Amino acid sequence: MTWTDRLRNGLEQTRNRLTDSITQALGQGGKLDREELERIEEILISADVSAPIATELVDELSSHRKTRGIGREEVLAILKEGIKSRLSGYERSLSLRNDSQPTVILVAGVNGSGKTTTIAKLAAHLREDDPTMSITFAAADTFRAAAIDQLDIWADRVDADLIKHRIGADPSAVVFDALEHARRRGGVLFIDTAGRLHTKHNLMEELQKINRTIVKRLGHKPDERLLILDATTGQNGICQAISFHTAIDLTGVVLTKLDGTSKGGVILTIQKQLALPIMYIGVGETKDDLHEFVSDQFVDALFST
Amino acid sequence: MFDSLSSKLNTILSHLRGKGKLSEADVNAALREIRLALLEADVNYKVVKELMASVHERAIASEVLESLTPGQQVVKVVRDELTELMGEERVGLMLANKPAVIMLVGLQGCGKTTTAAKLALTLKKEGKKSVLVAADVYRPAAVEQLRKLGEELGLPVFEQGSSPVQIVSGVRDWAEENLCDVVIIDTAGRLQIDQSMMNELVQLKEVTSPDEILLVADAMTGQEAVNIARSFHEKLSLSGVVLTKLDGDARGGAALSIRAATGCPIKFVGVGEKLPELEAFHPKRMAERILGMGDMLSLIEQAESAIDQKKAEEIADRIRKDRFTLQDFHDQLQEMRKMGPISQILDKLPGGGRLKGSANVDEQELDRALAILRSMTLEERLNPSIIGGSRKKRIARGSGVRVRDVNWILSRFKEAKRAIKFMGTGRGKSKFPPEFLQMR
Repeated sequence: MTWTDRLRNGLEQTRNRLTDSITQALGQGGKLDREELERIEEILISADVSAPIATELVDELSSHRKTRGIGREEVLAILKEGIKSRLSGYERSLSLRNDSQPTVILVAGVNGSGKTTTIAKLAAHLREDDPTMSITFAAADTFRAAAIDQLDIWADRVDADLIKHRIGADPSAVVFDALEHARRRGGVLFIDTAGRLHTKHNLMEELQKINRTIVKRLGHKPDERLLILDATTGQNGICQAISFHTAIDLTGVVLTKLDGTSKGGVILTIQKQLALPIMYIGVGETKDDLHEFVSDQFVDALFST
Repeated sequence: MFDSLSSKLNTILSHLRGKGKLSEADVNAALREIRLALLEADVNYKVVKELMASVHERAIASEVLESLTPGQQVVKVVRDELTELMGEERVGLMLANKPAVIMLVGLQGCGKTTTAAKLALTLKKEGKKSVLVAADVYRPAAVEQLRKLGEELGLPVFEQGSSPVQIVSGVRDWAEENLCDVVIIDTAGRLQIDQSMMNELVQLKEVTSPDEILLVADAMTGQEAVNIARSFHEKLSLSGVVLTKLDGDARGGAALSIRAATGCPIKFVGVGEKLPELEAFHPKRMAERILGMGDMLSLIEQAESAIDQKKAEEIADRIRKDRFTLQDFHDQLQEMRKMGPISQILDKLPGGGRLKGSANVDEQELDRALAILRSMTLEERLNPSIIGGSRKKRIARGSGVRVRDVNWILSRFKEAKRAIKFMGTGRGKSKFPPEFLQMR
């Protein structure tokens, strides 16, 4: 099975309903009418595309309709192009350093977005590519009960070193020790931070402190500063992205839990407002279900029949 | 949490309020804006559509168009419809059996485990002993997480067995033997479309016949909330919903969507990461809150549970007798901090959302004031007049501030004492002097 197949499988539920409902929205014969356009707008909104962008996309359809008339089969193609053009140009994957310093990846997000699982998946991929690479996990979630144990289990499975303190310890202190370890060993350091709502001022300060600790120790920011975003999140995803971006100057977003029926339409607004690359999407629970985000393939998979 | 929606509706409708009489076009313009605001709040588009239709019908009816205060009438209509959608009065837990069983279900990462512990604490406060059941055998360390929460609460955690069904089958007897009133089952997170995992829940339900099956749902959920809730409801016929992470700025349209999709009452809302941060859900208040009418009652409840009544009376007594000291001030600040972050308190006041933006209450300033007070000796707190230059230096060193910060607290205290004295004699308005919130 190629990865595009897996991606398509993972998106099965998502895709079916999107294509099906758009096809269903189109009546029989004749030209697109106002009511059909309105229904398409609703379908886009139901995919968590923001109302303004949904209106834009439908206006594009509508202007096509006016200038030269479009057949029903073209509707899907035009929508697809519209979404692709909004998502393309931002793809990039994890960049590993090639000097002597460790690559530091800071992972942040709200509670329950899938930070720890994403780290495990990314690490498993790296491990597969290079069985000898040194991988370090910093257990900087010192708040949630058993967060350290959870990371510990994953560290065991992917053969990573785990740097941990006690529960309730200062996360920056954990990061400091992890940096020392990674500087000796090289390779990649993943920092698993506690889930925090972006509105909690003190917790966002704590995250910035972690960032500062790294800058102080290494002389540069962490190489990657990733936001993990749950695809079931609605328009609040934008507030999350903006707040985390303000706090730690994000380098990318990982969209998780796309294997449900959620479509993650909120990424259109995130790209429009912040121009942040979506780096990976998670479409299932195994490590093979984390894919690099390629906008064309993603949109094709979303719309394929 | 619903700030933006409330402020939006406020702007739109204050615009309407200015006019003496509304035309149908005015109403339509307002409703379009409300529609957008609701969609942006993640209320499901179908729900929005229905809501708009019935608001429109009532809004253009003569009761609104011919009323003297049409703006207010539109507000009232929207509020009534929202309230109706949300359900009338609040519904608590129905725990008939002994031991009663509560089963928590939901997607991954929605907050089931934390909610299980929060519920156990709520029940504990009511004098009911719970046993927490770890039926999540899939997520690494999920059992460990529950075990630690159980330890924190001083409650047993049941985890005997290797499969979820096996684990729960023995728990009722165990609970009876160990004199537990309630069994709280924490299940693994699962997607509503994962048939085999959904069937596992059906099995768990058959084995335990729960009194309550609660869907735990993230308040930040988007349009999918409807499908998620409906799928769980169809499989399990839910008895209620717990809405989590409402302490963020998600406008929580999911609350409306879930309610509309299942008809199930929302019984609790999670408003923080800490275990006491679970509140009862009040549909009417929530609807009013969406419309920016504040949530005074929740605030009062919260104050009651946080503030030591006896101590409060003591302080009131001292105020009357004009013996309010820095020590009392210290106690009061401490009680206030117990109620949670000021921003959270402001959220619940009518117009608090706007206030929060402009007043910009600095939590750190309050904490610093508390630190300064803590660096004083009891003698100094009871008799501030003895605090001279060298004592001030010591206090500043002790609390990590500058001497002028200490001076500033002392002068604020004097002012407050004057204000409080005024209040004590019943001549002034009885309110906490606002300058305490607006420090510097």
